[in-house]
Amino acid sequence: MAVDPNKLKVILVTDCGSTTTKAILIEYKNGEYRQTTRGEAPTTVEKPFEDVTKGVLNAVREVEELSGRKILNGQDIITPAQGNEGVDIYMSTSSAGGGLQMMVAGVVKTMTGESAARAALGAGAIVMDVLASNDGRLPHQRIERIRHLRPDMILLSGGIDGGTITHVVEMAELIAAADPKPRFGTSYRLPVIYAGNKNAREMVSKTLSEKTALMVVENLRPVLERENLKPARDAIHDVFMEHVMAHAPGYKKLMAMAHEVPIMPTPGAVGLMIQSLAKAEHISAVGVDIGGATTDVFSVFYDKGTGQDVFNRTVSANLGMSYSISNVLAEAGLENIMRWVPFEMDEADLRNRIRNKMIRPTTIPQALEELQIEQAISREALRLAFKQHKEMAVGLKGVQQERTISDAFDQSATGETLINMMDLNILIGSGGVLSHAPRRAQSALMMIDAFEPCGVTMMAVDSIFMAPHLGVLSTVHAAAANEVFVKDCLVRLGSAICPVGQGREGQPCLTVGFRRADGSQVEESLKVGEMKLIPLGPEKVQATISPAKGFDAGAGRGKEFQATLEGGTVGIILDGRGRPLQLPEDKKQRVAKLMEWNQALNIYPAK
Amino acid sequence: MAHAYTPGLKVTEKAVVRKDRRLPLKGQVLVKVGDQVKSDQIVAKTELPGNVQTVNVAGLLGILPEDVQAHMLKKPGEAVAKDEPLAMSKSFFGLFKSVCKAPVAGVVESISGITGQVILREPPLPVQVRAYIDGRVVEVAEAEGVTVETYGTFVQGIFGIGGETDGQIAMAVDDPSQELTADHIKPEHKGKVIIGGSLVRHRALTRAAELGVRAIVVGGINDADLRAFLGYDIGVAITGTEEKGVTLVVTEGFGRMTMAKKTFNLLKSKQGLKASVNGATQIRAGVMRPEVIVPLEGRAQADEVHKSDSGLELGMAIRVIRHPYFGRIGKVAALPHELQKLESESHARVLEVEFEDGTKAVVPRANVELIED
Repeated sequence: MAVDPNKLKVILVTDCGSTTTKAILIEYKNGEYRQTTRGEAPTTVEKPFEDVTKGVLNAVREVEELSGRKILNGQDIITPAQGNEGVDIYMSTSSAGGGLQMMVAGVVKTMTGESAARAALGAGAIVMDVLASNDGRLPHQRIERIRHLRPDMILLSGGIDGGTITHVVEMAELIAAADPKPRFGTSYRLPVIYAGNKNAREMVSKTLSEKTALMVVENLRPVLERENLKPARDAIHDVFMEHVMAHAPGYKKLMAMAHEVPIMPTPGAVGLMIQSLAKAEHISAVGVDIGGATTDVFSVFYDKGTGQDVFNRTVSANLGMSYSISNVLAEAGLENIMRWVPFEMDEADLRNRIRNKMIRPTTIPQALEELQIEQAISREALRLAFKQHKEMAVGLKGVQQERTISDAFDQSATGETLINMMDLNILIGSGGVLSHAPRRAQSALMMIDAFEPCGVTMMAVDSIFMAPHLGVLSTVHAAAANEVFVKDCLVRLGSAICPVGQGREGQPCLTVGFRRADGSQVEESLKVGEMKLIPLGPEKVQATISPAKGFDAGAGRGKEFQATLEGGTVGIILDGRGRPLQLPEDKKQRVAKLMEWNQALNIYPAK
Repeated sequence: MAHAYTPGLKVTEKAVVRKDRRLPLKGQVLVKVGDQVKSDQIVAKTELPGNVQTVNVAGLLGILPEDVQAHMLKKPGEAVAKDEPLAMSKSFFGLFKSVCKAPVAGVVESISGITGQVILREPPLPVQVRAYIDGRVVEVAEAEGVTVETYGTFVQGIFGIGGETDGQIAMAVDDPSQELTADHIKPEHKGKVIIGGSLVRHRALTRAAELGVRAIVVGGINDADLRAFLGYDIGVAITGTEEKGVTLVVTEGFGRMTMAKKTFNLLKSKQGLKASVNGATQIRAGVMRPEVIVPLEGRAQADEVHKSDSGLELGMAIRVIRHPYFGRIGKVAALPHELQKLESESHARVLEVEFEDGTKAVVPRANVELIED
């Protein structure tokens, strides 16, 4: 049923997260869409409730109380809105119950296997494993893996159209032999989406249609040079609704409540919002959402190979700030965490503190040093998640490249990362540790340290994690979603200027000059190894940026240029630490440097 | 949100404890409602489909995939012994024979004319579910499993490793603040569940495993010792499958942590009784904490479980579960309604706690745990 966006004046959206269900109310008032009320309640997917709608109703009741608008009639949502009663539409996203967990399979791991993984990730799934004919495993090992993991669904691709049939059918045979059982319940058949070589469709159907709930869609890699991920992603969303959601506790009721717009996996909705923003403002963007168990990274960058903007999403399933905090320690190593702690501390003590946060994940830092430790860990979680993202967000591999003589000095291999930090316009952070940091400057510095932006980059945070709500809204009313995102969701912290290069500590690094709207002139110079903060509220200024010899701030080494800078709740941040970022090896020197930078940016209160 | 505190871990002398004992796949339930069962008794069993082996018959015989069917000696559904001929090809007027043998015993599951692969399924694997606790069967889910109920002492820990086990309770230390050292662990502790005090180190854990101690219950452990004992860092908090020879239940947390007096004294009072212990911990999604269950004789009145849905109340006993007052026990002295600014500059709902020595402190509500009866 098509929804008429013009009739949507009062909109209710919920996001059922793994711990909290968040409801927001968006209203059209005085010619603009604004988020007006917000309520939240614990998610009720697990025992003893086992009905997601209980948490939804509790969150909506909080919205009712705070807004004074009557929304519920018993357990029903009143539609459409009339006066101070009801809403025009209700929609929801969900990541409760562990989100959407998938396995994907392709023929060549770095080609169709990778494309299938991108399709699944972009749809909001956690990819548990990528099976491929050349993954180095024996057939029985692959079968065991499928049986052991019990995914919610499998995406099978492989072969360009007209390419290999045998290898694709072989993968199908393995899936059939594994006879996998889905996570929820034993009474329904595991959904399998086939998006591979069209010539193998018949054989794949023959192999899988009896044992699984098979759905056949267009090939996601019809030719080596092009991906066609949308049909597979749409199919994943359909299957997510029809099979996975329908079997999760209480979701049938939730689907009946939100009947006009399909329920979306939370990360899929966030991805839509980031894409929508990048498209509307013609910019490249990176978004990160760091949660208790997982960290998602989203990016939109221009791919010179295909001449198109490419969206990528990765999920680091075991990098997070509570349930998975110990895994950050395991993956990053203690030394890498310790290097961000701005005081000397006993390593054994740090290990115990991290473990205690893992076993009591809902506690919050009371003492300042506890906050500093958490923010040190978050830098490593973010850094590792972004590293994984850069490895996944690559151009298509296996593509034949044509080069002209002018490309002779720019010979790039296929499959290079699309993430070019110099081209990045905006970096958006969300999730507790970034959205709820006591000072916004802390969020800015955590992201700068972890992502190492280059040149001029806008830093921002999602104030109350509204991106999922707005993402699902964008499917029916993109303009309203964008308006609320810019006006109520996104908190602009300010531009960061981070010249690339290395120099000796104390040498000149860069100068920047601009005139504020009030007429005051700013001239600031930065030395190597220094950080500085120039106070600037929410206004745009035209600045002249002159990097020193050997440093590149966007126009080339030592080249002066004009750029638009934008202030915000923090201001303009100058980072003279160079790229790649290196911290002093010596513990004492490092602590002294961290304290110097913290002071320059006014990160922590003076003790 | 109304519920910003961590519900406490249960430490109850007399409780009715129910345990679901489920099969991973449908199978056969061996007991009926009302049956008395022992912890090691098998209450349900099933068979998991056997492992699958693929045999590249086309490749091994050097024939085309579409010809495999014609060269098979066994049909789908037929059983085949290990090394029994599965397929055969003849060439050069029958003079040369190539034989493809079955690498494992099993049943021919499928023959593919496209890939030339034959799939063999090995015999099914038996799976048995034990009762885990001494008790009575109170519910049977047909073909799926049972619920066993017992009356007894129930102690939850905060973190553990190792799976289900049982043994007699033995005290290894005299005081809850004492460290459980390797010297405390004696040969007579073999097969027992031993209770320590504030800390257990790697050496003591190793000695316990060597001597055949079934389980250790202790207040705290250093992460470095846990790592040394396991041989790896625990990533996500899902445990229970470690096979180190001994199950561990930590009652307070990481570091040196005096076991709560109440827990220590309760376990001490059950010395010599049989306890069922499980170290399995899963913090995400449907929190699962490690536990000690001591079934008791008779069936007196179970203690009332004080479950206050309204959250924290004045006078309630609480434990602080984060620095700077980690591990300290006290009573709720005040519950200010407004958000307060903490030293970290975060704003949070707080409470005032009066510690056992009479001193007071303000802590975030999220950083306390109710001490439940």
